Amino acid sequence: MTTATAATGSKRNTLTAGQLSKWAPWVTLAASFALAAGLFMLVAVASSTDFSWAGVAIVGYILFLIILPVVSRIVEGGRKAMDRFMTGLVTGAFLLAFIPLLSLMWTVVSEGAARFDVQYFTESMRNVVGEGGGAIHALVGTLLVTLGATVISVPVGIFTAIYLVEYGRGWVAKGITTLVDIMTGIPSIVTGLFAFALFSLLFSDPGYRSGIGGSVALSVLMIPTVVRSTEEMLKLVPNELREASYALGVPKWLTIVKVVLPTALAGIATGVTLAIARVIGETAPLLIIAGFTASMNYNLFSERMMTLPVYVYNQYIAPGMNVSAAHERAWTGALTLILIVVVLNLIARLVAKIFAPKAGR
Amino acid sequence: MSSAPAAASPKLRAKGRPADIIFQGISTFAGISILVMLGLVAIFLVVQSIPAFGPDFDVKGTSNFLEYVGPLAFGTVWASFLAMIMAVPVAIGIALFITHFAPRKLASTIGFVIDLLAAVPSVVFGLWGANVLAGFMKPAYAWLSDNLGFIPLFAGTASGTGRTILTASIVLAVMVLPIITALSREVFLQTPRLHEEASLALGATRWEMIKMAVLPFGASGIVSASILGLGRALGETMAIAMVLSPSLVVSFILTSGTNPSTIASNIALSFPEAHGNEVSALIATGLVLFIITILVNGLARWLLGRNPRTGGAK
Repeated sequence: MTTATAATGSKRNTLTAGQLSKWAPWVTLAASFALAAGLFMLVAVASSTDFSWAGVAIVGYILFLIILPVVSRIVEGGRKAMDRFMTGLVTGAFLLAFIPLLSLMWTVVSEGAARFDVQYFTESMRNVVGEGGGAIHALVGTLLVTLGATVISVPVGIFTAIYLVEYGRGWVAKGITTLVDIMTGIPSIVTGLFAFALFSLLFSDPGYRSGIGGSVALSVLMIPTVVRSTEEMLKLVPNELREASYALGVPKWLTIVKVVLPTALAGIATGVTLAIARVIGETAPLLIIAGFTASMNYNLFSERMMTLPVYVYNQYIAPGMNVSAAHERAWTGALTLILIVVVLNLIARLVAKIFAPKAGR
Repeated sequence: MSSAPAAASPKLRAKGRPADIIFQGISTFAGISILVMLGLVAIFLVVQSIPAFGPDFDVKGTSNFLEYVGPLAFGTVWASFLAMIMAVPVAIGIALFITHFAPRKLASTIGFVIDLLAAVPSVVFGLWGANVLAGFMKPAYAWLSDNLGFIPLFAGTASGTGRTILTASIVLAVMVLPIITALSREVFLQTPRLHEEASLALGATRWEMIKMAVLPFGASGIVSASILGLGRALGETMAIAMVLSPSLVVSFILTSGTNPSTIASNIALSFPEAHGNEVSALIATGLVLFIITILVNGLARWLLGRNPRTGGAK
């Protein structure tokens, strides 16, 4: 009773007493960065070196992480101080992840824009030394190789998923599930070595290179993704739909083809698109089995075939006479690759949104 | 009461329609083909790598296969280890930020951006690492080796190009970050809402709630997410191949210009010009990498299966 009157008497709001106000972290943040900037300014003037923005960011953040908990500990106590410290740490981790992403996007767009022209998309590198040239042969190669991989993996992937969901029982199904898990973890370069080992034995040619080998290597990477996503989608199809179909006397295979697959179609299409987006940027296996060339090659089954990721790598590693021109071509290739991947991702999202089965049916 | 007719009727079987049998056959065949395919991967790698284990091994000045693969295996593990040290805490931080700190509207946008980071092709990461990050880190390496040179990790002269194993590991960390973040986010979102609310109601601060309710519940999930990320880091090729200039050394120094190479990047760099015995040697190193990643991924799956997200309090 007496304490309550004393508290009201002192004109302090008991609810917010012993708490830092809402703006305190922001003020501390600004003060820390100002302090760090001042510090680095002094160092820069004293030793006549360049002013380091990265240094300011790091030191400012560390100062903030020290000052705010200390102030909070004095005003609010240890537990609250710990909470503020961890909040700062977690937010810092999150902001840290944006630095590489922004830096990457900015460099790719700014460096890649220079050669993002008509010539780049209409010419190959045949007889090009130094400036000029394009990547049409690499684009065609990427499309053909990825198309080949899709043609191999989509039927195998979808039918495997059908087997796992509709037919598979016992140890065979369990074994296949485990193997799909293992396949997800195969390093991409190993699939390239596998395709090379397979084809060079088949054709007994120790220097074998071709586009179809690349398709086989990519399909080893693509199949588990297709199986996984299709399996998830087939499992989402309500059992009532299947049972209703059986009750009408429809055979099992027709139920799967006419009832289960159409219901899951949107999800399967999304999964396949995402799987394509995943393998279209693969470099390592294609470097090994498809090789590199400067010329156009429309034939998937013979001779070396250039692909866009390998093109980017090759322009960077072996720039030839004019280094800056080659590097510009590499960056434009990187920009094109990122655009393709982003477009594929957007298509996948759109497909999922437009063709999603209506809820409450 | 109606059990009599059911008991009397023989076991019902569906009519064996040809189309049904064919369709089931195709599905089963597809399923089995995965078994066969993985078997083929193993068999062909083994067959092609047998010559590497012969007595007349001579690749890059090494006289037997173990001498050749040893430094590469060390480089692979060392680079992935460094990447995991950097990536795991940050990934857990981001996952916590998305699930427990960010405003809900912002959270889904952030999730999309992180997914975008996962979709960037590895060759683009390599290009960025070698051209942008290496240049950015160069002064930091010079500073480290000038001022902290007494620590063995920063001994010797700093790299003149910034293309060191640490730069490569940072690129690797950025690449595995989305995987670990996405999986940890899933795990954190599955924390029972009542556990969180109960601890907040008892007066816990947000961090105490996370420490007592969210992290114990997600611990096994975080571990297996990290191991899956490690599997990806071990097999990553292009980022390391483009950032590091290879050499067969075993060295823990982070800032030097002479760096250990990794199995995957060594294959990518040497394969196009390799012939004869070296091809078998490279395929054999690929087999070693294959086995390492299978073991690592198997460990992750085993952990995830053994402790299926039950958490501390039940």
